Amino acid sequence: MEQVETIQVIEVKEEKHKSKSLWQHAFEALMRDRWAVASLVVIGIYAIVAFLTATGLIAADWAKEVGPSYAPPSFDHIFGTDIFGRSVLSKTLKGAEVAISVGIVTGIIAVFIGVVLGAIAGYFGGIIDEIIVWFYTTFNSIPYIMLLVAISFILGKGLGAIYLALGLTSWEGLCRVIRAEVMRHKDREYVQAAKAIGAGDMRRLFKHILPNVLHLVIINFSLQFQTAIKSEVILSYLGLGVQGRPSWGTMIDDAKLELARGVWWQLVSATVAMFIVVLAFNILGDALRDALDPKLKGKS
Amino acid sequence: MNIYVYIFRRILYVIPVLLGVCLIIFVLFNLVSPDPTLMMLGRHATLKQMLELRHELGLDRSLPLQYLDIVKSAFTFDFGRSWSTKQEIVEMIRNGAIPSLTVTVPSFIIALAISLVIALFVAFYRGAWYDRFSVLICVGMMSLPSLAYILFGQKILAYDLGLFEISGYEHGFPAFIPYVILPCVIWIMLSIGPDVRFYRTVILDEVYMDYVRTARAKGLSETVILFKHVLKNAMIPIITWVVIQIPFLILGALLLESFFGIPGLGGITLNAINSADFPVVRAMTILSAVAYIIFSVITDVLYTLVDPRVRLK
Repeated sequence: MEQVETIQVIEVKEEKHKSKSLWQHAFEALMRDRWAVASLVVIGIYAIVAFLTATGLIAADWAKEVGPSYAPPSFDHIFGTDIFGRSVLSKTLKGAEVAISVGIVTGIIAVFIGVVLGAIAGYFGGIIDEIIVWFYTTFNSIPYIMLLVAISFILGKGLGAIYLALGLTSWEGLCRVIRAEVMRHKDREYVQAAKAIGAGDMRRLFKHILPNVLHLVIINFSLQFQTAIKSEVILSYLGLGVQGRPSWGTMIDDAKLELARGVWWQLVSATVAMFIVVLAFNILGDALRDALDPKLKGKS
Repeated sequence: MNIYVYIFRRILYVIPVLLGVCLIIFVLFNLVSPDPTLMMLGRHATLKQMLELRHELGLDRSLPLQYLDIVKSAFTFDFGRSWSTKQEIVEMIRNGAIPSLTVTVPSFIIALAISLVIALFVAFYRGAWYDRFSVLICVGMMSLPSLAYILFGQKILAYDLGLFEISGYEHGFPAFIPYVILPCVIWIMLSIGPDVRFYRTVILDEVYMDYVRTARAKGLSETVILFKHVLKNAMIPIITWVVIQIPFLILGALLLESFFGIPGLGGITLNAINSADFPVVRAMTILSAVAYIIFSVITDVLYTLVDPRVRLK
């Protein structure tokens, strides 16, 4: 019975004269995974909220006094108010903007450094490889949290400093993986074929090899995203965080003084908002890894 | 390659890495950073005062000399004095190490034991509902920010229920115990998620190997296979994971210590950040990097001694 089915599948494929790519397979696998789809929806909603607050369509009045100081959650103020009588709901929504932008920008910085250095090291080998390996070993030798703190301490406060500090501290993992993968690919037949028809080093590397290791970038980006969101909280607590606008980090930081007075709503709102999106990224990251990296299937 | 040559080369590689770490620290603290004298003297500093202070702090020396100072401090641990408390930094580190270790060491050991037991249990019943459930719980626990654990833990367990001390610390053996229990509990909660997930993954990596099938084919029970065969092979990544965490124990728990008023290295670092105390932040960065490098060499050497396959590379 099973054999018959396989034969049919092969026939269908031959009819189309085209086999599915890794991406199509991955997409189908992802769509079959209920949890992954749910995570995608959640992330989509957060992205929309972030976009709407960034353009001022919702929560634009987060800085306005809408009620008494520290009003508990009620019908008027669903999530309560903070010390200045501002709506915690608006602040939480506005916080999505910082979180999503931190995730995206640091992800782009980390991916850029990691992919470029990793690809060059893996492709050219030799002394260039040694230097790049030394470079990321060195970066990796300073514990993440200390390097993060040191960089943002030097760069000062503000969103730009957070982007840079997080971006500069999170590229080594990807660099290592890309380097190893490019090494495996560089002597394959398709690269030799590209060489035979006259493609130069840069073309072979960026046009031929990189698309074949791109799935690692996507997996990494997804896992990177949630680390960035979580790290923003720590930086905010250290007083190195976002200034002048609400973020979940500064809300949680504010809560350390509020809790003793029984004001729990700001902490709970920010924590829950963050928990949901970080969880979604965790689940999506695992699902992406299963879908895009068949070697690892079912192992974690 | 001969095993001793390999180990020797691995140890030798510490030097360029350490020099690199010093270079990063030099670039960060001596090149990129804004002039610390401005921060220390405030807005109304005169040029003369600034120049005097720069001389006092050694900032007017040539850049290569400043770099050499950092390299020297990485080997001698002579970090100079703190700018804000004027204490010898080595002395501060010596005083802070013990309180840090009283929090981190017990938590680390207990978390290791608990996570390993849970991981073995779920790996044994892999695929069952509680296996999937435990993975979900782990991911859920990892998705909560660490500050939320600390804030809720302190508020609910210490403040509302009065089970533990809210904050504070006492030096001396039995005296410190009541103060470290809650930080330990929170540390354990924070590490169980990632630990269980990691141990489960490495154990399951082994479970699908051919030698396990062979063992099963010759009629060994699942328990014997898991504990005698699988665990032995999974030990290598587990040991790496454990040893590489040890430097962080010395570093202390940055957030936990400041919240619970424990005068450890994490607390010192946090105070230094808040008071823009460059030498202390720099010293803690160097110290943590040196500890990390030493322990990663130890891991690699252990690896070579334990696993003959590594030597072939």
